[in-house]
Amino acid sequence: MLQTPIADAAQICLRVRGLTVAYAEEPALQGISLDIPRHQVTAFIGPSGCGKTTLLRSFNRMNELIEDARTEGVIELEGCNIFQAGVDPAQLRRQVGMVFQRPNPFPKSIYDNVAYGLRIQSSSSRAANLDQEVESALRRAALWDEVADRLDAPALTLSGGQQQRLVIARAIAVKPAVLLLDEPASALDPISTLKIEQLIHQLKSNYTIIIVTHNMQQAARVSDFTAFLNAGRLVEYGPAEAVFTNPKERQTEDYITGRRG
Amino acid sequence: MRFGSQAWIWLNAAAVGLCLCTLTGLLLLIAVRGLGHFWPADLQLYAYLDDAGATRRVLGELIETETVSRRQHRESGTALDLVPGDGPLQRLVIKTGNRRLDPPDFAHIFEHRIESVSAPPDAVVLERVEWGNAHGEVLAVNGAAHGNGDRLWQAFKQRMEAAHRVRETIKALAGTTLEAAEEERRRRLHRQLDANSFTLRLANGRLAEVPFGDVLRAWRPNRMNLAEKLGHYVETFWLFLSQPPREANAEGGVFPAILGTVTMVLLMSVLVTPLGVAAAIYLHEYARPGVFVRLIRIAVNNLAGVPSIIYGVFGLGFFVYLMGDAVDQTLFRDSLPAPTFGAPGLLWASLTLALLTLPVVVVSTEEGLSRIPKTLREGSLALGATQAETLFRLVLPAASPSVLTGLILAVARAAGEVAPLMLVGVVKLAPNLPVDGEFPYLHLERKFMHLGFHIFDLGFQSPNVAATRPLVYATALLLVAVIVTLNLTAILLRNRLAWKFRQLS
Repeated sequence: MLQTPIADAAQICLRVRGLTVAYAEEPALQGISLDIPRHQVTAFIGPSGCGKTTLLRSFNRMNELIEDARTEGVIELEGCNIFQAGVDPAQLRRQVGMVFQRPNPFPKSIYDNVAYGLRIQSSSSRAANLDQEVESALRRAALWDEVADRLDAPALTLSGGQQQRLVIARAIAVKPAVLLLDEPASALDPISTLKIEQLIHQLKSNYTIIIVTHNMQQAARVSDFTAFLNAGRLVEYGPAEAVFTNPKERQTEDYITGRRG
Repeated sequence: MRFGSQAWIWLNAAAVGLCLCTLTGLLLLIAVRGLGHFWPADLQLYAYLDDAGATRRVLGELIETETVSRRQHRESGTALDLVPGDGPLQRLVIKTGNRRLDPPDFAHIFEHRIESVSAPPDAVVLERVEWGNAHGEVLAVNGAAHGNGDRLWQAFKQRMEAAHRVRETIKALAGTTLEAAEEERRRRLHRQLDANSFTLRLANGRLAEVPFGDVLRAWRPNRMNLAEKLGHYVETFWLFLSQPPREANAEGGVFPAILGTVTMVLLMSVLVTPLGVAAAIYLHEYARPGVFVRLIRIAVNNLAGVPSIIYGVFGLGFFVYLMGDAVDQTLFRDSLPAPTFGAPGLLWASLTLALLTLPVVVVSTEEGLSRIPKTLREGSLALGATQAETLFRLVLPAASPSVLTGLILAVARAAGEVAPLMLVGVVKLAPNLPVDGEFPYLHLERKFMHLGFHIFDLGFQSPNVAATRPLVYATALLLVAVIVTLNLTAILLRNRLAWKFRQLS
């Protein structure tokens, strides 16, 4: 079942067709087809184990790291199938950045964390203005003012909220087209959560953002489009306002009104 | 139930206490016996009755007092003079020195046979080039009495210094080419050394004429105050650390053994770390878990249980004879049939010990790798790093404290290992140091000395075991000190890294 709220095909960044993922013959996603618009925030909601994280991790082929994971179907990033033979997952992941549920800064300095992806990407051309790139990434992640005077401090000395923004800075430093956020605020306090949400707002003008969240209010606040998944299937997908105020499906309504989930 | 658990805790605590006591006692014994040897103890003149009933005199330092049971005394056949009572008898062990001049160099005197004890102020200890220390009194220098007392001692000291300078000159000449003129000069210097002599009166009243060339150092312990004794102690200890051995290792220092031990351990560390880390990376990161990997892991763990002498035999057969011969055939063809690498040496000894300690490093590194959280690896991969990049830029640095922990254990084991080394490179006396100023500075093919083997040699192979016994303790203490130093260095390094990667997990 294809659901697409996007009329203009030119606005489509990611196109998912018939995506089925199974872990050791246990299906996690079944026949997902949807289109993700460019430079918008798309939220995946659904009960635990519904497959939203699996779907998210399909976009940068992180599922391949799990043994016994089997993927079928097509995901096109700007028209190119990412599962095609010859596509280097490492190259793909530079275009599709990811931020995880728990902040996972590397045990290095703040500077080295942000520079990590840049240093891997190229040794010569970018090395010259590495300082600039790091500063710009930290600024875009709204962290520069807090860490400008201690870039050499270990990243692990930052607070949880700062660590999460550092991880976002690290991801956007390599200039991806898409940013995947896997419940980025679930381990944070309300103030840090607010900052992350503001940040998502700022970032969407430059990045296509896909966010997985458990928090209904958050999904309503930050997303332009919302997809509701249940038991490995896409139930409903549409503009966030429509999904939250006037869901078409009974399952969606039950879930967002808290009757199940 | 409550009592039972209490008793169990006490039992555990007692076991820990016992371990600590044993360890402290051991270290204390080694330290006291080893360090006491260098102290310039006072010389006492003992007059006593020997077994035949005649009065004898010995000049020496008290080493220890033994308790001898009467029965043992009686059965030894010298029970003619039993004192009244039935308690055990005390016997003094006196180091009298004077080997060759007035043997034996240790006197065993029953306390009840001692007639008098005195401390002659002019008693002198001579550290001789050969035959160990000599005790006596200096009567004259080159036949002249110099008015006795301090004037005589001044004259003696002057001659000693002159002899020392000549000896240094000879030593400096030793390295240069031996042309006829140089050889002549050396011979002249040696004659000069032997020309001057002094008269030494031994405790038994005999006089001996001793050339200055035979004496390295001389001191009068009974005239020294505490500060002088301390100074002398430090100097003696330093000479022990910095000088090569003399007299079949029974005299002189242990510097080549210290250097050999440290060089071998460092080289072993350099060899075992990359090998062990690479093996651990393969097993943990790349190999597909299965029966094969399990088998390898079991094999690696069992390697740690193989007796070390087996490694020695393997090292001799595989490294020395097989690989060494191959190296000689390809690189050192010119010097065949004399072996270069085809004989026991530093490289093969280090390799053998690297093999011996490999399991420790592998196991420890694997543990470190498995402690790096999955989220961290995913974070790196999500940034477009390949598995290898993730490994080298992120995982290995973060696991480095564990690698060093493995290395610490490896060093502790390798530095104390002697048995395999006897087969693959350690010798009683090495003509050259493994590290010197000559290109290529580190001589991998050379045989070397080792503190552990030195202890064995001093304690069991020496012609004069009684005299070398304190050196056994001193060398043992040094070996412990060397291992502790090497370990502390590694531990400090590890702690620095661990601090850097703290909060991980």
